Amino acid sequence: MNTVDILFYFFATLSLGGGLLMVCSKHPISAAMFMIISLVGVAALFVLLEAFFLAVLQILVYAGAVMVLFLFIIMLLDVGPDGGKASKLKLISGLASAFSISLLIVIFLIIVQDSGWLTEGVTWSTVPESSSLTQGQNLIFSTGVKSFGYGLMTKYMLPLQISGFLLLAAMVGVIVLSKKEEKEAV
Amino acid sequence: METVTPSHYLVLSLILFAIGFFGVLLRRNLLLVLMSLELMLNGINLALVNFSRTALNLDGSIFVFFIMTVAAAEVAVGLALLVALYKRRKSVFSEDMNLIAN
Repeated sequence: MNTVDILFYFFATLSLGGGLLMVCSKHPISAAMFMIISLVGVAALFVLLEAFFLAVLQILVYAGAVMVLFLFIIMLLDVGPDGGKASKLKLISGLASAFSISLLIVIFLIIVQDSGWLTEGVTWSTVPESSSLTQGQNLIFSTGVKSFGYGLMTKYMLPLQISGFLLLAAMVGVIVLSKKEEKEAV
Repeated sequence: METVTPSHYLVLSLILFAIGFFGVLLRRNLLLVLMSLELMLNGINLALVNFSRTALNLDGSIFVFFIMTVAAAEVAVGLALLVALYKRRKSVFSEDMNLIAN
């Protein structure tokens, strides 16, 4: 077992453990803290997958901005512990448990039945060092940021513009939502 | 010992998605529901980066970039809605959001 494997198992445990503790924790603040652990674990897995730019974005956007927003709202609303109780809707909670557990059982069965699937199926290929960003119509995976910029400005120009517009719409929506109501509405 | 393959990452992302789904449907605190939603998106992101790395094609990574943008916008709007709801109903629990049911 080499270093990369040990790192994978360590960060996989970190992200899964953080996620599980987040779902099960009683207090929203501790849930947010466990969520940060889980997000950092996933960011480290991005580093192991050689997607360095996405790892940085994961830390900045998720662990930084989004979770700080969550913590801010939790503290603003002063939400106390809810005892980790599940939703009162029995049908939905039953369905959720059944679906999640069956998904885990399916994964387990696949691993047990066909043990070669995990180790022999797909293997890694090394990231090409070539200076060209494209190969025919395809954008080549690379560890740098340059290829991201190239892809966003050529093939994904329209989605980039739309996502910018989405952020503007979200900003306007949030301002409208959080404005003080002038008169009592219905 | 066995070395880590893309399949390991795929299994991990599936388990992350399952945990997130569990949280979304099971918790009654809407803040935790939103957080579990983020966990599901993270599972999907991990799978996409994994496929992108395996196929040596950047499209998957760029999709992760867009998913992060949408997730940030979604969280901002979701939390603003939650604060607006809290002002009205003084609660963040899902069973108190039953105006239509009554």
